[in-house]
Amino acid sequence: MELSVAVSKKFSTFNLTVDCTVSEQRVGVFGPSGSGKSTLVNLIAGLQSPDEGVIQLNGETLFDAQTSLAPEQRRIGIIFQHPHLFPHLSVRGNLLYGLKRCTPLDRRIDFDSLVAVLRLGPLLERGVNNLSGGEKQRVAIGRAVLSNPRLLLMDEPLSALDDRLRFRIIHHLKTVCETFKIPYLYISHSLLEIRLMTDTVLVFDHGRLVEQTSGEQLARDRMGHSPVGYINLLELSDMTERDDMCAYRWQGGELLLSASNRDTVNGLFELSSKDIILFKKHPEAVSARNLLHCAVLGLFESGEKIGVDLQAGSGRLIAEIVPTAVRELDIHVGSPLYAACKASAFRKLSDNQTNHKEQFS
Amino acid sequence: MPEFTAAEYSAILLSLKVSMVATLLALPFGFLLAYLMTFYQFRGKVALDVLINLPLTLPPVVIGYLLLLLLGQQGFIGRHILQPLGIKVIFTWKAAVIATAVVGMPLLVRSIRIGMESIDLGLIHASRTLGAGPFDSMLTVVMPLALRGILAGSALMFGRGLGEFGATIIVAGNMPGVTQTIPLAIYDYAGSPSGDSMAKALCVVAVIISVAVLLCHEYLGRRMIRAD
Repeated sequence: MELSVAVSKKFSTFNLTVDCTVSEQRVGVFGPSGSGKSTLVNLIAGLQSPDEGVIQLNGETLFDAQTSLAPEQRRIGIIFQHPHLFPHLSVRGNLLYGLKRCTPLDRRIDFDSLVAVLRLGPLLERGVNNLSGGEKQRVAIGRAVLSNPRLLLMDEPLSALDDRLRFRIIHHLKTVCETFKIPYLYISHSLLEIRLMTDTVLVFDHGRLVEQTSGEQLARDRMGHSPVGYINLLELSDMTERDDMCAYRWQGGELLLSASNRDTVNGLFELSSKDIILFKKHPEAVSARNLLHCAVLGLFESGEKIGVDLQAGSGRLIAEIVPTAVRELDIHVGSPLYAACKASAFRKLSDNQTNHKEQFS
Repeated sequence: MPEFTAAEYSAILLSLKVSMVATLLALPFGFLLAYLMTFYQFRGKVALDVLINLPLTLPPVVIGYLLLLLLGQQGFIGRHILQPLGIKVIFTWKAAVIATAVVGMPLLVRSIRIGMESIDLGLIHASRTLGAGPFDSMLTVVMPLALRGILAGSALMFGRGLGEFGATIIVAGNMPGVTQTIPLAIYDYAGSPSGDSMAKALCVVAVIISVAVLLCHEYLGRRMIRAD
């Protein structure tokens, strides 16, 4: 996929100016509310027209001074913040809406395969009005994907869902796009979603593209300015209960989490860089249940904090400390350290589907 | 209850026929006008809005007279279009249909417009990005979702058509068995010394038809809501 956007659009209180080219399959558009992200989506999809400029997708001009393709001619799918399912059609009718309007040449995604991937089989004959939020969004994903788009735009598709559902839907989005090889632009103001969904990120602020980076780099740059620090994402597996705690396998080692996680065998968890305490030597006694022997892979500045990139077993963690601590502990690349984190510092983001029956709601 | 003669049965049937044909005739125009007024911005929109709603405030007699000027032998449409085609409209049931359609049009457009304004624009955007052109989107998204408004407007228009008097008597006249509808027949009976009971009986018929139309509209409206 090669998307080139060089456009401007003026509104009474806001101007959008973009000039960028992206060729990655998984592109994020990140920025605060009102930074122009949704306007960019509408311009690319053809729901709004730029005042001037050029939009090209895979070498085809979608918009310029002479050309302005209608939305239905662009073959660009959108997954909106709200599912916008057609209330007069069944789930099947919604899913088939785009597929029926797709030319036979462009049809490469099979209806049954998609239904299987999104596990929509039991819902097919139902109406859409009484589906749960997660079910509606899964149908919306399926409907957009079945229109066989050249590019999928996801405009904050998870912001109307609660945390529990958000990370389940992320799994579906990733699986569908990987299975059917659909390039996408993922728009969000959630750094966590951007990191999970994308490789390259376009950062917008006040209608301007201010940076093109990676989700990982963006998270590191913002660590010192964020009240939650840097979020370490950990895939934990094979939970066993021990001494009223949950023991998980992680990157060749073991982590102990509080007993409230006993319903999750495998899952994605977050751990803030603020919740990791570093020790130069082995502490004799510490209340934190997890003490990891680490090596420092690198240090980076972020605001008034220093991020410490740690190798713990075969896993990586980022901890944050103040510059004084770096000097006093004489931390440098290669230093051996002990990282302590409390069992209650981990927050579950999602269950792993293969081990959880009630995954889809 | 007096016994109806052929003239009264003819008036009842003609009323139903005129209202039905006028409603069916006005529906596509009413739908397109409502669609235009709801989803498009264009120069002259206010003027078109005023024109659509004018029959609501104009006395029906004025509308009838204007139609007579337009469709009559000396009128623009009458002389240049209808006469060359050999079509006679004035003082036939067709004139009553046209008068009823014009008078009922604002009610039809308003109801459909209310139905359309309640449609989430996101649904239309979604349909366009899924490959539906503007006409396709209108037929497959807007029309089904505005169906309650279309039904409500049709019922209102049909009911209004049953009661149409002023414009009809000017352009169609009041000829029993030819152009006499229920209101015109009631007008005749109410003016004659012995027609009181017949006028009342026709009033009862008009009430029964109107209630039946409203019940039918309500039933269809409820059936359209998917509960699953």
